[in-house]
Amino acid sequence: MSDITKQSLSELVENIKGKKLSSSEVTKAFVERSEKSKELNAYITEDYANALNKAKKFDEKPNLDLKLPGIPMAVKDLFCTRDLRTTAGSKILNNFVPTYESTVTQNIWNEGAILMGKLNCDEFAMGSSNETSFFGNVQNPIDKNLVPGGSSGGSSSAVAAQLTPITIGTDTGGSIRQPASFTGTVGLKPTYGSCSRYGIVAFASSLDQAGPMAQNVKDCALLQEVISTYDEKDSTSIDFKRNEYSKELTKDIKGKKIGIPKEYRVDGMPKEIEDLWKKGIEYAEDCGAEIIDISLPHTNYALPTYYIVAPAEASSNLARYDGVKYGFRAEGENLIDMYEKTRSEGFGAEVQRRIMIGTYVLSSGYYDAYYLKAQKVRKLIKNDFDDAFKKVDAILTPSTPSSAFKIGEKTNDPVSMYLNDIFTVPVNLAGLPGISIPAGHDAKGYPLGLQIIGKAFDEQNILNIAYAMEEKINFKNNITDWWIK
Amino acid sequence: MSKNKSQYLINRHDNQYEVVIGLEVHAQVTSESKLFSTSATKFGAEPNTQVSLVDAAFPGMLPVINEYCVKQAIKTGIGLKAKINKRSVFDRKNYFYADLPQGYQISQFKDPIVGEGKVILDMPDGQKEVGIERLHLEQDAGKSIHDLDPKNTFVDLNRSGVALMEIVSKPDLRSPDEVNAYVKKLRSIMRYLGTCDGNMQEGSLRADVNVSVRKKGSKEFGTRCEIKNVNSIKFMQMAIEYEANRQVDLIEEGQTIDQETRLFDTKKNETRSMRSKEDAHDYRYFPDPDLLPLEVSDDFIENLKSEIPELPDEKKKRFIEKFKLSPYEANILVSDIETSNYFENVIKKSDVKLATNWIIGELFAALNEKNLEITESPISAGNLSKLINLIKDGIISGKIAKTVFEQMMEGDKDPQKIVEEKGLKQESDPKALEALIDKVIDDNRDKATEYKSGKVKLFGFFVGQVMKVSGGKANPQLVNEILKKKL
Repeated sequence: MSDITKQSLSELVENIKGKKLSSSEVTKAFVERSEKSKELNAYITEDYANALNKAKKFDEKPNLDLKLPGIPMAVKDLFCTRDLRTTAGSKILNNFVPTYESTVTQNIWNEGAILMGKLNCDEFAMGSSNETSFFGNVQNPIDKNLVPGGSSGGSSSAVAAQLTPITIGTDTGGSIRQPASFTGTVGLKPTYGSCSRYGIVAFASSLDQAGPMAQNVKDCALLQEVISTYDEKDSTSIDFKRNEYSKELTKDIKGKKIGIPKEYRVDGMPKEIEDLWKKGIEYAEDCGAEIIDISLPHTNYALPTYYIVAPAEASSNLARYDGVKYGFRAEGENLIDMYEKTRSEGFGAEVQRRIMIGTYVLSSGYYDAYYLKAQKVRKLIKNDFDDAFKKVDAILTPSTPSSAFKIGEKTNDPVSMYLNDIFTVPVNLAGLPGISIPAGHDAKGYPLGLQIIGKAFDEQNILNIAYAMEEKINFKNNITDWWIK
Repeated sequence: MSKNKSQYLINRHDNQYEVVIGLEVHAQVTSESKLFSTSATKFGAEPNTQVSLVDAAFPGMLPVINEYCVKQAIKTGIGLKAKINKRSVFDRKNYFYADLPQGYQISQFKDPIVGEGKVILDMPDGQKEVGIERLHLEQDAGKSIHDLDPKNTFVDLNRSGVALMEIVSKPDLRSPDEVNAYVKKLRSIMRYLGTCDGNMQEGSLRADVNVSVRKKGSKEFGTRCEIKNVNSIKFMQMAIEYEANRQVDLIEEGQTIDQETRLFDTKKNETRSMRSKEDAHDYRYFPDPDLLPLEVSDDFIENLKSEIPELPDEKKKRFIEKFKLSPYEANILVSDIETSNYFENVIKKSDVKLATNWIIGELFAALNEKNLEITESPISAGNLSKLINLIKDGIISGKIAKTVFEQMMEGDKDPQKIVEEKGLKQESDPKALEALIDKVIDDNRDKATEYKSGKVKLFGFFVGQVMKVSGGKANPQLVNEILKKKL
């Protein structure tokens, strides 16, 4: 089979279970395509030889009852993987090899999948274009010199370019949904507490969530089913009844009430996005959903709130990278000098900017005006959603205010970069699940995504709506393999 | 509260100054594992052998609260007669140091687990109540070792993450003696509860001491200085004396006191400035997003209440009422749970009065001499009880008992056996005693004559001779009676 890498995860699982394909054949195909795709710079660390070995071992004694039997997979380099370097896209962890495995990746390996390597991302997941990575920017397979989104840019690029059948990212303010939208792929940010944060390099603890990134909704549901488990090692993990999302997936969304929040019609929103949203509403209606206008009055405050809360937590979370215990260390005259040199050389500009913002907003005299106020606004934003969900089952919005931009286009304008997360950030602040599905193209032919936001723990519902709409939208990604010589 | 006559005041010229002291005691929670990880907490282990990935703050590692430590803190709160907060919050206290792997200490800032309580002190001139402001749970840091290498500092993370209770008193203490009594009482309560072993040598109990002075009669507090991390009661007292006098001198010289953090130099017996208020750390406290607020139910607290043993104050009351002990005796016997247990075991089968005297007198002196704790006593409570019964039953005299006691201190032997083996049993047979006495009178005819002619003082001489001849075994009461008749 020459078109192995064109197959979806579900097809590959079916073919391996039906013994039409071996894990070795599948792994070899993805490894070969990954090797031919170095120009995309999607990988930070490749582990192909080990992957091929593991595939061989799997084939010798295949357990076909598993959910991901012998499926090769590369993951975002924010997940700690035992014995394989984990960098978080940062120089400060350039040489860091964990002796432990994140719960989410462990869940994946437990279901038979095989690690191929670690995917590029913005440094400590801080960025919307994958340009803050110490390991260089990532190309969007849609077009040369186009960003793949961020922070899970290596992940979105790798899935869109079919270097991995599926992957996982993390989403703190849109880091799964925005890159999915930029690359014509599907990305789910689960409810906060659904996937364990144990072993994931922390950015902002109260917002971080791991989630699946896939070529289609069904694959996404299958991976969500695998990664979402209650974990005692994460105190914020929540013990709720988890669905078998892929088995319970249905296109029957007749009568579902879908809310359209008027506040998401932001000033200066491109007409293309406005049109996409309208089309999305029509698709939803075609599926039998009922459209209801709703209001989320504090939406405007979401972005500034996010850019206080997230840097505050990050400034503290990143304090452990001090050159003392592991990772990069610059020699210094004394302890303070060593700290300063290590952190100045080890962290990139964007990470330093956010540490400074975070340190500032937590400082005595500013705490009440910034951090405390932001926490209060965060509560109001959550209340907005709670009120809305009394009337509707889900909320439909665009995923991003624009399609993918050019590499370097926004690097000198952080605020314009931050504005990219305007539709995704409120979801993290409220701890809700949100999914981005590809829904159309802009004039340049770049993909655009729609976001479906659900009630807490209601992943099944938004997956169902996405599944139904996906069929109506019938999106085709236009990828020409331009990077393969 | 009694107005005490022996008030601790510092006199300078015509002014009298009162010292105001508040303590922040850091008490290590007795627990097999750390506050947020499963690593062991054993004292004296090889460096860095009790360190988990969480304690060393590896990427992606998360804290998980140790329920046992929460129970210990609540029990301590109950012991301090304090308000237990059903909802408390863990905050991050951010600062950089080599032995603080996370770059922050997880502590409780705004919402501690225990609120206001009190401790009663028994001072020579009456009881004194000291208010407890709060008790909160926090992690200990690791240890930086600067003296093993001329250029490098070594870090031992065994302590990193160990659970501490910070117990903050109100500024109610007024003298080094009160501080002594307060720390001892706190320690005693926690040892009764089994929530902190109070071992100061091992660093299980240390304190930051806040000291200020004010003119006698003034209602305003003076500017305070905080003396960090003092690890013995003696040093606390020395530090307070030095610091209070330093502050008084400054005031007398017309200078102002800077609010600052100071260190106590135990070798030079002085406090030194560590950092001023301007240089104080901005700890950027905020709720730890890795941990949910800690919520405990009424049932949870009630269950713990049912596990609280009789505490020193109640025990003291019972000892006085039930055993008719003096307050002084009761205080000594209840000050330490091990001592009171020992006492209660001894009196199970023997006389209370004798037991009290023997424990407070002979036993304490002997243990002190050998530098032993009551738990290490070579004489078990059971054997001391037997010894007391031998005295009570007139089988041995108090004097012989001391000899037996000394032998028992050398190894835990049954006193009965010692008495039998060495033939120390008291001679109470009148016939045998008469024979003895006859011989003594015979041997001292001249003295007997003198006695009869009115030199009654010589009676003591005859008693002494009889005791000497009997090897101390003669029953003194009987000797007296018979001698009187015979002479």
